[in-house]
Amino acid sequence: MTRYLYYPGCSMDASARAYQESLAAIAPVLGLDLAELDDWNCCGATEYFGLSRTPAYALVGRNLAIAADQADGTRTLVAPCSACFLNLARTDHAMAESPVLRRDVNASLEVGGFHYDPGAITVRHLLEVIMNEVGLARVSGAVSRPLTGLRVAPYLGCMVPRPDYASLWIRHEQPRDLDRLLATLGADVVDYPLTTECCGGHMAQISTELGFGLIRRLIVAAEARGADLMVAVCPMCQMNIDAFQGEMNRHFRTSHHMPILFFTQLMGLAFGQEPTRLGIGRELVDASRALARVGIEVPPPSEDELKAAQREEAHRRKQALPMPHLDDAPGAERQEVRR
Amino acid sequence: MVVEHSGADAAPDSAFLEEVMGATAVPSRLDHCIQCGTCGGSCPSGPEMDHTPRQLFALIRAGRRDAVLSSNAPWMCVSCYYCVVRCPQAIQITDVMYALKTMATRAHAAGDRTASDFSRLFIWNVEHFGRSYEVGLVGPHYLRHHLGRLPGVAPMGIGLLAKGRIPLAPARIKGLAGLHAILARAAELEAAR
Repeated sequence: MTRYLYYPGCSMDASARAYQESLAAIAPVLGLDLAELDDWNCCGATEYFGLSRTPAYALVGRNLAIAADQADGTRTLVAPCSACFLNLARTDHAMAESPVLRRDVNASLEVGGFHYDPGAITVRHLLEVIMNEVGLARVSGAVSRPLTGLRVAPYLGCMVPRPDYASLWIRHEQPRDLDRLLATLGADVVDYPLTTECCGGHMAQISTELGFGLIRRLIVAAEARGADLMVAVCPMCQMNIDAFQGEMNRHFRTSHHMPILFFTQLMGLAFGQEPTRLGIGRELVDASRALARVGIEVPPPSEDELKAAQREEAHRRKQALPMPHLDDAPGAERQEVRR
Repeated sequence: MVVEHSGADAAPDSAFLEEVMGATAVPSRLDHCIQCGTCGGSCPSGPEMDHTPRQLFALIRAGRRDAVLSSNAPWMCVSCYYCVVRCPQAIQITDVMYALKTMATRAHAAGDRTASDFSRLFIWNVEHFGRSYEVGLVGPHYLRHHLGRLPGVAPMGIGLLAKGRIPLAPARIKGLAGLHAILARAAELEAAR
């Protein structure tokens, strides 16, 4: 087992639970010992850098400082989310490049008892660690149920190969790493020219014309090449293609049905693991038909599972819900939360 | 786009260019722009922007503060970094866009506030819980900006809930007080820059 520091990011406990579940299932097979950062905070996604510079970097700096404190035998921090990965790498890079930012971020962190020296931690995305550290030979050796005949469109998205502060990617526009990984699993990898095009990020929540337009383009291109499903390496990409596909169809009066799974889910399937253990079935655009084509049966949730889920939901509903109030300006006096 | 000419003898106002260049975290090299247009041609949002990045940078150099800060271009940027890896002058375009968002918000110049409100609400949750919180983000955001989308988005919300993909209660970090202190200090230091 090789130890890595692990920054899950907020989505892994929420919209991307299937990513977390499948990663937990395959990590031991790959020899990955992922040590989660203690009391990590949100990275700010793509929202904070446009609001205020120093606080945005300080928010991420706290995570880097925690990682440096927790570095024990490793100084590599792995992030499964592309946006989290980029923000961590971006902050490390910016603090190294700008002495003023380094001074201000550390002056802020010190108030909370933290400190970070840029370069102390190496930030890497999960896919890149699997490709370059675990290696395809080990992946190949673990495959017991090759995904032969499953036509997959490898969708890498933006923020892993770009801007690439550490110069890890030889090709920023058409990297073939995800293609090679999926081919190792036995899948039939379609030539997907939009592999590094943008899913729109938060745009589905801002501008339907732009956000849904980008989502549709990605789905149409995958369909045109006969893909049974798309494969994502990022919670945001998966969320956009999967969760917003229904509203996108409604918006454009189309009827696309393009499932999208995380690459870790396909790895688990190829390793012979049970679909439910890999979070398969959590997608809104059902992947079971596509998987049935290669002989993988996804059992529907049992009565007990449904009842347990309902009980859990009822319990959660009883808990008080603080509803945030939107301030008109940053720093404006905040109103009390309402129940 | 109509660019008004200020007269042949008027010196270009470089103060605004310097202000924008001073607002990024790392040097942006914005003054190296050769107006080639690779950025706009690479941009997935280009067609939805009031000005392509190239046009925006020309306006910055011309000192057209109001036109720049009220442009929707920075708010349409999806941070995909295509322009950044393709720019022959290695200009940190995404960082410039972030800086322009901050400047526009401070100047209350942004026209459509859907994107800036979304960012503020997202960060409101992060500042209060230490983690992002989808119920606290999406609920108020749709009520405020996308009422008409509720019928379309409701099935998604119900689906995500049923699939266990939306925790109803926010996750909180333990070190919230420390985080608040860090962010408050950072805001003071930012204001002093």
